[in-house]
Amino acid sequence: MNGKRRLFWVLVAVCAAASVPPAVPAQAPPTPRFVVVLDAAHGGDDPGARLTSGQMEKTVTLALSVRLRSLLAARGMQVVTTRESDSTVDPNRRAEIANHANAQICLSLHATESGSGAHLYASSIAPAQPTRFTAWKTAQSAWVTSSLRLSGVLNSSLAHAGISVILGRTALPAIESMTCPAVAVEIAPERDSDNAISAQPDDVAYQARVASALAAAVVQWRTEARQP
Amino acid sequence: MIPRYQKVLFVILLVASLAMAGELWHLRQRAHQRLLAGEDSAPTQAPEVAPAEQATLLVANDADASLLAQARSLPLPADPGARARAILGSLLDLYAVSGSSHPVPGGASGIAQVFLLAVPGSKDSPDPGAQLAVVNLTGNFVAGHPSGIETETLTVLSICGTLHANLPRVTQVRFLVDGVQRATLAGHADLTRTYLAAEAVPSEGSNP
Repeated sequence: MNGKRRLFWVLVAVCAAASVPPAVPAQAPPTPRFVVVLDAAHGGDDPGARLTSGQMEKTVTLALSVRLRSLLAARGMQVVTTRESDSTVDPNRRAEIANHANAQICLSLHATESGSGAHLYASSIAPAQPTRFTAWKTAQSAWVTSSLRLSGVLNSSLAHAGISVILGRTALPAIESMTCPAVAVEIAPERDSDNAISAQPDDVAYQARVASALAAAVVQWRTEARQP
Repeated sequence: MIPRYQKVLFVILLVASLAMAGELWHLRQRAHQRLLAGEDSAPTQAPEVAPAEQATLLVANDADASLLAQARSLPLPADPGARARAILGSLLDLYAVSGSSHPVPGGASGIAQVFLLAVPGSKDSPDPGAQLAVVNLTGNFVAGHPSGIETETLTVLSICGTLHANLPRVTQVRFLVDGVQRATLAGHADLTRTYLAAEAVPSEGSNP
């Protein structure tokens, strides 16, 4: 009888020991992830602009997205892209992808044959305080102020790289529904002082300069975001 | 066996049906022709007999993405809708010439109609006379418009700004293409939203 009771208490002790969680060594809180959404505009059935070189805008934006993704991933950022191939993606779907990613930056990449340098466009929606329920078509309104600030950081970086920049605001369906600091970056041909084209948007070296400048701006934005 | 009188009745009814279908088709064609003739008679060019008046055009410049106000002396009709159409036609004519600061083909024929309506609910607002301008662009103009955020935005804003500069009661602008709503102008600028005309009027030579 005593033997059974002893066995019972041994089993209870073993079960109690097993239920106690092992001691976890104290860890520093993890650094919050920094997510960047790259939206290569157009694609699939929607070719976008036809550039002077004959290239379609959708091809140029995808190439820039791939290049920029590599640069940002090498700097330890998590990059979410709206497309990885020549596929049709609805503007609403692009915003859905960006919003699900909880991104700190959303860049919509475009290319054109008009104008010169880089065009940076933030949404023209009037700024508004964030509310619990936000209208889909004007979801960007709570982020417009941040988007304009991001536009300024991108402007400084591109200008530092010797690329002329035009800042503006527009009504672009894809970014109007994004709930993140969102800027549309449109690459136009690079022109010299005589207004002659020195590099097309599909020029590899020109794209590399633009991508490097954008990556530097994103790093700058991350640094500013992490400062207390 | 079908009785003879039923066969005759069937033939008569068939002939009558075909005749009525033919008449209906003929009437439809006539109505269509009448509609086209009505469109043609709309004032695409301001009549020369009208006295010349000063109009302000907000001309876009792709080089620096600016809108610059230019005063023009134009013969303008008295009807506000036709007047708006004539002014916008003059603006698009500037864009269609070679060497334009904002090259867009098409010219004045790119504006099909301009409708001026009371802004819904404006009677209770501080500005009871506010008007909504509905600009109906032609499909040919939109099809030939260069694609790009900057160029499309400048076209939309220069139209909105020019309307507001010449017809100050126009506070809002909407766009149609061949009479129906279209998502974007040429892949970028949103044409489904209502633009606030005053926001398009820049300070002298500044970016919109």
